[in-house]
Amino acid sequence: MHNNYPSVRTYFLVFGALLLLLIATVGAHFVALGPFQPVVSLGIALLKALLIILFFMHVKASSGLVKLFAAAGFLWLLIFFLLTFGDFATRYWVPTLNQ
Amino acid sequence: MTQTTTQPATPAWPTEDEKLAREREVNALGMWVFLASEIMLFGGLFLVYFVYRFRYPAAFAEGSSELNMWLGALNTAVLLTSSLTMALAVHQARGSSRKTAVLFMLLTMALGLLFLAIKGYEYWQDYQEGLVPGLNFTYSGAEQQAVALFLVLYFVMTALHALHLSIGIVMVGVAIVWGQIRPFAHDPAEPVEMIGLYWHFIDIVWVFLFPVLYLLR
Repeated sequence: MHNNYPSVRTYFLVFGALLLLLIATVGAHFVALGPFQPVVSLGIALLKALLIILFFMHVKASSGLVKLFAAAGFLWLLIFFLLTFGDFATRYWVPTLNQ
Repeated sequence: MTQTTTQPATPAWPTEDEKLAREREVNALGMWVFLASEIMLFGGLFLVYFVYRFRYPAAFAEGSSELNMWLGALNTAVLLTSSLTMALAVHQARGSSRKTAVLFMLLTMALGLLFLAIKGYEYWQDYQEGLVPGLNFTYSGAEQQAVALFLVLYFVMTALHALHLSIGIVMVGVAIVWGQIRPFAHDPAEPVEMIGLYWHFIDIVWVFLFPVLYLLR
């Protein structure tokens, strides 16, 4: 089960990628991206989290059951956000309700 | 009376390796269930943040620009490095070099303390600049209340994260001591691996806190 764990080289490559993504997100901060700014910085954060989960937390090398358990928490968080913003983001679409 | 019984080709008993693999899988599952509860704890705060950011976009951008982005970026680099040293500690503990593993764990603890020191300095800076609602709040723009709301969320989220990191530092120390007093435990690297999962999770929380609090303007 543990034979397919990442090598030391992989850990350093992932670390290098994480630092590059950090530099990219700080760099993007100084570029006028307008409405895409949150998309870029949150997208980079998602990429970083994915790298940490898959390699540092060994999820890529784990069994399907562990992968399922790891994904479950994030899946419920996604539902949590979708339902909440299904309300908050659409409230003012019907102006008459708020007059 | 002759009876033909079909014997399985291999005995049904799991080998020691299979038992160990199963134990480790169960440990990882339990840890991920705990981490899922942590995801919901921090997720709730992130949700509150985004709901209010949606309601007061200008005030939240204003509040964010009051923070020191460079200290946040520096702390991200520190925590990412601590995740590397933690991963290397697990790697060494899984191998046979227990001493190197302890060295990497001490390094991880030191980086965690460095993060807390930088965070503490940043809190002090925030206090000096009058950015702490309730203690010293001198910001007086048009949307004063909404900026105060942003700053309250900033302090609650970063303080909860710092509390988790402090627990993480203590737990890495516990793992070192545990490894010293029980060097011939059944599966000595397993506690290191489990605490590693917790440590990386704390790192992931900061990976999201950094852009959300410092970069979204």
